[in-house]
Amino acid sequence: MSGKPRLTYLNGRGRMESIRWLLAAAGVEFEEMYLETKEQYDKLIKDGFLLFQQVPLVEIDGMKMVQTRAILSYIAGKYNLYGKDLKERALIDMYVEGIADLMQMILMFPFSPPDAKEKNLDSIKERATNRYFPVFEKVLKQHGQDFLVGNKFSWADVQLMEAILAVEEKVPAVLSGFPQLQVFKTKMSNMPTIKKFLQPGSPRKPPPDAHYVETVLKVFKK
Amino acid sequence: MSGKPKLYYFDGRGKMESIRWLLAAAGVEFEEEFLETREQYEKLLQGGSLLFQQVPMVEMDGMRMVQTRAILSYIAAKYNLYGKDLKERALIDMYVGGTDDLMGFILMFPFLSAEDKEKQRAFIVQKATSRYFPVYEKVLKDHGQDFLVGNNFSWADVHLLEAILMVEEKKSDVLSGFPQLQAFKARISRTPTIKKFLEPGSQRKPVPDDKYVETVRRVLRMYYDVKAN
Repeated sequence: MSGKPRLTYLNGRGRMESIRWLLAAAGVEFEEMYLETKEQYDKLIKDGFLLFQQVPLVEIDGMKMVQTRAILSYIAGKYNLYGKDLKERALIDMYVEGIADLMQMILMFPFSPPDAKEKNLDSIKERATNRYFPVFEKVLKQHGQDFLVGNKFSWADVQLMEAILAVEEKVPAVLSGFPQLQVFKTKMSNMPTIKKFLQPGSPRKPPPDAHYVETVLKVFKK
Repeated sequence: MSGKPKLYYFDGRGKMESIRWLLAAAGVEFEEEFLETREQYEKLLQGGSLLFQQVPMVEMDGMRMVQTRAILSYIAAKYNLYGKDLKERALIDMYVGGTDDLMGFILMFPFLSAEDKEKQRAFIVQKATSRYFPVYEKVLKDHGQDFLVGNNFSWADVHLLEAILMVEEKKSDVLSGFPQLQAFKARISRTPTIKKFLEPGSQRKPVPDDKYVETVRRVLRMYYDVKAN
């Protein structure tokens, strides 16, 4: 047993990617086990690893953690990325939850039927540009600090960075109206742990492709 | 300004109900402003009170909090319903994640067509009895304690009771295979603050009806075409 957290998921982004980002940002090395077949998944359930029969699963500190938010909150708390008090934690939670709503749209996108893809892409662009990015642009402008909350690097910054890059993959010029976010993106990219995660060969997963979608449907088939 | 938390939402359950439950369980009195018209909602939007243009919104401790999970976590921590350390918090978060997923299936129920409602009812009961209830049944059986986590009343207990009652509204005998949960339900319902919340005249909201659905659709101009799971 290596003592490193062990992630069990498909070999792709999905709901595990935010966890990979946060561990990486915290400078924590981790191992991964990839689900490729339904049999592997059924065995995990049978062996009692998955509390609610679902992945992500992260084995960390003697716990078999499930539920993405629970895992992220634990990591943030453990590695001091959750603010200095209850109010900062509240702000981080608000920001992170808002971004999660945007990320959910991106998560589901590869699974939308072909005739809905254009509409869904437009929704992602609309929400990012009109609902989410303006909020963070304003937060950064108003306090003039490098980080979203409490003048300190936190989970909120990691989550926003992940979201910016994910949206840019779909809408390349999306940051054109957001100068603060452009600066934020550059600053985050230069942070050592994040810089490392953005380099080839890191545990970061590529955008979902047809093979990933196929694997998801196969592994979780009822 | 009364100092009490003020809740902004429709006069109905939706995403705000878990917040009402938790405040009530913590013995915290709160005020409510009910959205009835599009104009009220637009006024809130223009006033900049809704960070992501959405409700629930709760004014408390000088903050205008949005995002249900953020609000619930803040209340849980403030009123010592979040365990004693990081590991207990992790357990509570996991358990609440499960009951949240279960209640999520029920959240959209009122917006479905009559045909989809039947389909969804079966889906809810199936998930409750095969995926969620067995987990909490086993947790309680394994440690034999009154509460889910750390032998102390927590957010996880409040959330589970809320979920149990909501599923029972869809199938009244759904707890028949779960003796631990039956005892849990009786025990937690007897907790003074919860007992009070379960009595008529409390701020607990009734099962959503057509009027509620109509109000939400009118105010938000959304949810006209919701599909079953």
